Amino acid sequence: MTSIDPSAPAVELVGVDKVFNEGSANAVDALQGIDLTVRRGEFVSLIGPSGCGKSTLLRVVADLLPPSRGTASVFGKPAPQARLDQDHAMAFQKAGLFDWRTVRANIELPLELKGWSKADRRARSEEMLQLVKLEEFGSHYPFQLSGGMQQRVAIARCLTFEPKLLLMDEPFGALDEMTREHMQAELLRIYEELDTTVIFVTHSIAEAVYLSSRVVVMSPRPGRIHSTIDIDLGERTDAIRNDASFFEKTNEVRNALRSVEQVAP
Amino acid sequence: MTGSRFSDRAATILVPLVFGAVFLGVWEWLVRAFDNKQFLLPSPSSIYTAVGDNWGRIWNGVEVTGGNAVYGLVVGSILAVFASLIASRWGWFSDIVTPIASGMVAVPIVSLAPVFNIWFGSTDPFSRRLVVIVVVFFPVFFNVTKGLTQVDAVHVELMRSQAASQWSVIRRVRIPNALPFLMSALRLASSLAIISAIVAEYFGGTQGSLGQLITQSAGLSRYDTAWAAVLGASAVGIAMFVAVAALEWVAMPWRRERTGA
Ligand SMILES: Nc1ncnc2c1ncn2[C@@H]1O[C@H](COP(=O)(O)OP(=O)(O)OP(=O)(O)O)[C@@H](O)[C@H]1O
Ligand SMILES: [Mg+2]
Repeated sequence: MTSIDPSAPAVELVGVDKVFNEGSANAVDALQGIDLTVRRGEFVSLIGPSGCGKSTLLRVVADLLPPSRGTASVFGKPAPQARLDQDHAMAFQKAGLFDWRTVRANIELPLELKGWSKADRRARSEEMLQLVKLEEFGSHYPFQLSGGMQQRVAIARCLTFEPKLLLMDEPFGALDEMTREHMQAELLRIYEELDTTVIFVTHSIAEAVYLSSRVVVMSPRPGRIHSTIDIDLGERTDAIRNDASFFEKTNEVRNALRSVEQVAP
Repeated sequence: MTGSRFSDRAATILVPLVFGAVFLGVWEWLVRAFDNKQFLLPSPSSIYTAVGDNWGRIWNGVEVTGGNAVYGLVVGSILAVFASLIASRWGWFSDIVTPIASGMVAVPIVSLAPVFNIWFGSTDPFSRRLVVIVVVFFPVFFNVTKGLTQVDAVHVELMRSQAASQWSVIRRVRIPNALPFLMSALRLASSLAIISAIVAEYFGGTQGSLGQLITQSAGLSRYDTAWAAVLGASAVGIAMFVAVAALEWVAMPWRRERTGA
């Protein structure tokens, strides 16, 4: 296991291009010239029109896809090394639970892969079930849960081993408004408690502004970084959602998105 | 909820029972009313009598034929599962086996029974067991290979993002994913097994099997006895099917509520 260079940023993408089916007639320019540095402890949201390459960018960071050009490093190591060192956890756009595992066993999967003992896994999964308010559903199977509940299990699964880097792809997309706000607050709490780094994909402007220290707006075909908006709202409380500074920031992100949409064919 | 579930279950048992009783009644009545010749269709009551009169031979036949069918089902399935595991892991093996397997599906394998009788001797039960093994192998191999390879892409990505080993992916994703495929293949294979076991016995071999009881009784114009043996074969088929259903229930707890009543 390579140790982590404490001065290196959490994530560094330099000149990353990603072309699917490169060289063939149906080649797709998913990412082009992406330079992105995420410092440790940052909460960065990616926002942009559908198909602009947000999921692809996360997959490059997670080393689930190799970049076509450029380099991806995580905590100062090449992305493949960081993956092997289990430095990050990913929550996918689809819940992707295992049908054949109970809710509890789904949450425990990453711990199982890390070689935790049964008792430790059990204790942690109980905590996580409480966190996502599914205490009574530990022994249920995924098909017995609603879509939003399944999504919460997937979130619990990705938080379970307190990773140093969280890659979350629209994790709250399937939740109702109230649960969503609850999960946002919980995510922020965990984020602060664990002192972790988050890259978060969302379609919701308000969610991006509420959660992030920085919002990255992407433009489609080819996917590029259009602009970066720093969010400096201080401590997040419910009141802040009605604050003038909050509206100012959401407007700024909205305007950036508008200009991106107009460029798109 | 439990009440309606109970009545659902009662209905699934009662409806075929009532239907079966009516069917048998009409059959008996038709045979008597039209003074049917026994060789066309013996009445249910005469078949019932024949079962009693030939109980020892039928039970012996159930043991011999059922034994061959179960042996072939178990051995054929195990071989097929191993072959699928290898095929899903090493592409070159799949490249060799899959085309052969697709070709084999078109071969009526029971017709090989006389050939196996020559190879291993018609007195050796393995000649007939091999027929069952080969018949069972292909549907199980195809289905399980499908289940091992057609896994949810997100599952594989999730395992990869946690640096899971190849073996871990096979154990935690591919095998559980293939279980439902294996079970539906076993349902099909269990009926193929009993059919092929009996047909293989039509080509001669050891005395005392159901297949031979059927051909012999028919040759001696003992049609009620032949039908009684067919009944014995059906009982074996049903027992095997029930055993597979029970295995399914035990092996896939996550499917119980969804598929069961
Ligand atoms: N495996 C793949 N093979 C080919 N093209 C792909 C593949 N994955 C993504 N793409 C293409 O890359 C582009 C970016 O896809 P991506 O999934 O990253 O978009 P996204 O921003 O996450 O969209 P959404 O908001 O709808 O989830 C799309 O045009 C998509 O069609
Ligand atoms: Mg996406």
